[in-house]
Amino acid sequence: MSALLHVEGLGKRFGGFIALDAIDLEVRDGERLGLIGPNGSGKSTLVNCICGTLRNELGSVSFAGQALNGLSAHERTRRGIARSFQLPRPFASLSLAENLRIPILYTVNAREAGHLAGPAIDQRCRELLAEVGLAEKAGRRPRDLTQIEMRKLELARAMAAEPRLLIADEVMAGLSHGEIDEIIALLIRLNAQGVTVIMIEHIMRAVMEFSQRLAVLVAGRKIADGVPQDVVREPEVVRAYLGE
Amino acid sequence: MSLDLLLNAVISGLLLGGFYAAVSIGVAVSFGMLDIVNIAHPAFILLGSYVAFIGNSVLGIDPILAAVIMLPAFYLLGMLVYQVYYVSFERRDDQSLRGLSFFFGLLFITEVALVLIFGVDYRLVEARYVGPTVNIGPVELPLRLLVPFAVSLVMIAGLQLFLSRTFLGRAIQAVAQDQQALRLMAADPARIKRIAFGLSIATAALGGAILIIIQPVEPSVGRDYIGRVFAICVLGGLGSFSGMVIAAMTLGVVESLTSTFFGPSWSPAVAFGVLLVTLAVRPSGILGRQ
Amino acid sequence: MVSLAANNSRALPSFGGAPFVLALLAVAALLFGICRWIDNAYVFFVGYVVVQYIVLGTAWNILGGYTGYVNFGITAFFAIGAYSTVVLYKLVPAMPLPLMMLPGGVFAAIVGLGTGYLTLRLRGVFFSIATLALAVVVQTLFTNWEFVGGARGAYVLRPKLSPLIGGEYVQYLFLLMLVLCVIALAVARAIERSSLGYGFAAIRDDEAAAEAAGVPTLRLKLIATTLSGGFMGLAGAPLPYYVTYLDPSSGFNLNYAVNAIAMPLIGGTSSWLGPVIGAVLVGGLQEILRVTISSAANVLVAGVLLVAFVIAAPQGIVGLFRRAR
Repeated sequence: MSALLHVEGLGKRFGGFIALDAIDLEVRDGERLGLIGPNGSGKSTLVNCICGTLRNELGSVSFAGQALNGLSAHERTRRGIARSFQLPRPFASLSLAENLRIPILYTVNAREAGHLAGPAIDQRCRELLAEVGLAEKAGRRPRDLTQIEMRKLELARAMAAEPRLLIADEVMAGLSHGEIDEIIALLIRLNAQGVTVIMIEHIMRAVMEFSQRLAVLVAGRKIADGVPQDVVREPEVVRAYLGE
Repeated sequence: MSLDLLLNAVISGLLLGGFYAAVSIGVAVSFGMLDIVNIAHPAFILLGSYVAFIGNSVLGIDPILAAVIMLPAFYLLGMLVYQVYYVSFERRDDQSLRGLSFFFGLLFITEVALVLIFGVDYRLVEARYVGPTVNIGPVELPLRLLVPFAVSLVMIAGLQLFLSRTFLGRAIQAVAQDQQALRLMAADPARIKRIAFGLSIATAALGGAILIIIQPVEPSVGRDYIGRVFAICVLGGLGSFSGMVIAAMTLGVVESLTSTFFGPSWSPAVAFGVLLVTLAVRPSGILGRQ
Repeated sequence: MVSLAANNSRALPSFGGAPFVLALLAVAALLFGICRWIDNAYVFFVGYVVVQYIVLGTAWNILGGYTGYVNFGITAFFAIGAYSTVVLYKLVPAMPLPLMMLPGGVFAAIVGLGTGYLTLRLRGVFFSIATLALAVVVQTLFTNWEFVGGARGAYVLRPKLSPLIGGEYVQYLFLLMLVLCVIALAVARAIERSSLGYGFAAIRDDEAAAEAAGVPTLRLKLIATTLSGGFMGLAGAPLPYYVTYLDPSSGFNLNYAVNAIAMPLIGGTSSWLGPVIGAVLVGGLQEILRVTISSAANVLVAGVLLVAFVIAAPQGIVGLFRRAR
């Protein structure tokens, strides 16, 4: 497996505050990577820099062998990176089905291959909603959803972009035991179809079950990266989560 | 090009700039600190001018004194306007389109109401300092520019002291930086923002009084100031009073030089041109999303 | 867009693209026919103003209601259209008016594109402030341009008779504006139902999420500003013939801006029908007030209604109607 995503020396600061400090990360094609770290450690900032929502001052990101520096977020999505937002950001004036239409119209249809039209788009939207268990609410607006359902919508919207790399940012927060199992199964299914997945979570059970590799971010630095069972036993990691 | 002419253009530009700072301080608070795009601020300035005019022509009081007397009324007006804005837009999180249109509507209504009440004639005030000029060597310092300059600096310094030294002032600074933290400390951000917005409009009372000292006023004058005020706040960096004052002085000098050497009909365009160029070229610090 | 989302029950019957345009043309022809039959110049003068506001409101709404970016510089684009007609009138007085209108629209569209390019990378509020600035800059430029009369203004001789259809010239102006209106409404509705409309809605609802979903936000915003500016310029282009005397203070009158914003907001920004309802209601109300009370009072109406609706009925009349169903 070759490297699909290559992050090298990535640095990001907000004024005087260093959010990310020289991050090196490699994600192989088809891999399931887990990314954990305490709140405020920079996980979402890293995702934002990879996806182009934020510009990193230092370092580089390359995807499928091509450098992403300078590319806008929508161009990166078209190249095959999709993400869900940690705090859901639905399109409030559109129905759930229409929310999924946007990535289909603007990402899938913007690529040379795969062009959906008319009823095929509606069907695809319904399929995706069914995968996350939101099929009955297809015609409703996001304001009718619970927080948990909004997270599922976020995930569905990322999936609708038919990515090669899917970054799921804390999708499972607040989900029940059974729902967590459903999402894990969904992500593993996606992975089996060839989608590389980065899972950012606080729910350790899910991370351990899902990840082939585990990386840990603390205070803007990567302090561990390797086999999940080994990583969770590393003293620095234990210290970061349990404190001194 | 005589050196005297140049020197005087610069000096009067600086004095004018000091006045521009007074007019802009309200927006530095409402936009720079509270993130409320009150494009109707010039309308409140004009209200201040007309209040000063009434006080001066009907009651014979000094315009600045008239404004000081009316400060509480403007403060309450500001609180009322904020309350409407908060209930209608901020709470519903529908700020951009409708909030802006709300203020635009207010701007328009105020201008038309002033036309209906006062007509389109230019109004001015009379006070002992509106005529005379102090001469220091080749430099002419018209008192009608000097007094507003002084009032402006006093007002800004006073506001700055209030914000940094008093408890309420610091609460306002806190709300500007982190509303969430403020809520956690059991303080009500809306109440604090209301007070701050009230202060913002109160500055308009004084700003309007010194405006009508500097130049005769008629209802559409406010429109020239929208661009000036926002150009100054954007150039100066939102949230920094000293930056704003420097930007105001700079704009004053540029306008004064343009007016002296190219004619006064171009000066409205100066501020707006500066604003457009700044927005286009120097986005650092004013990019909202990133 | 929004009309599709509301439980799939729409307030309006659904037409395909071509039938809609035909229906509009039929309505326009009917309207014109009725006015001809009444045969009173006043009807044409008032009709022109109302239809002009439909175009202005629709143009504004493409960028404002659909995409969420508020343009306060309406007067700049409107006046660019009007003044370009003045320039052409001075250079080539014999040019037919429809032909004169086109450069006005094109110039306004280019200015829209330029302004957008300079400021649309920033937050929406900065775009709005920049458009305010633009209005004053453009006004200052035209006030200082002697060729179009500067501050003194310019006179345009209105021909006595209409070409092609006969009757007074104002009938011809009304006809032109009706045609422009049909085009504008057809474009607006076409956008609503297309992927462009979905893109606009996504930008309006959450621009960062739209980018992450693959929407090329800058490009779409530039399309919106260009279309919007262009139609505003086209709406202003016949103005010199309508008023016969154009000077900066009337050409850049703030009323145009307030009306162009108030009417869509009152009528409802989510649909092509909103600006139509807004223009007819508010324009009609203004005219009634103008002849009954005073011409100063009618001007206040738009501002007051704007503030009232924006506070109390943010979805406009179309929105009230939808909720009642």
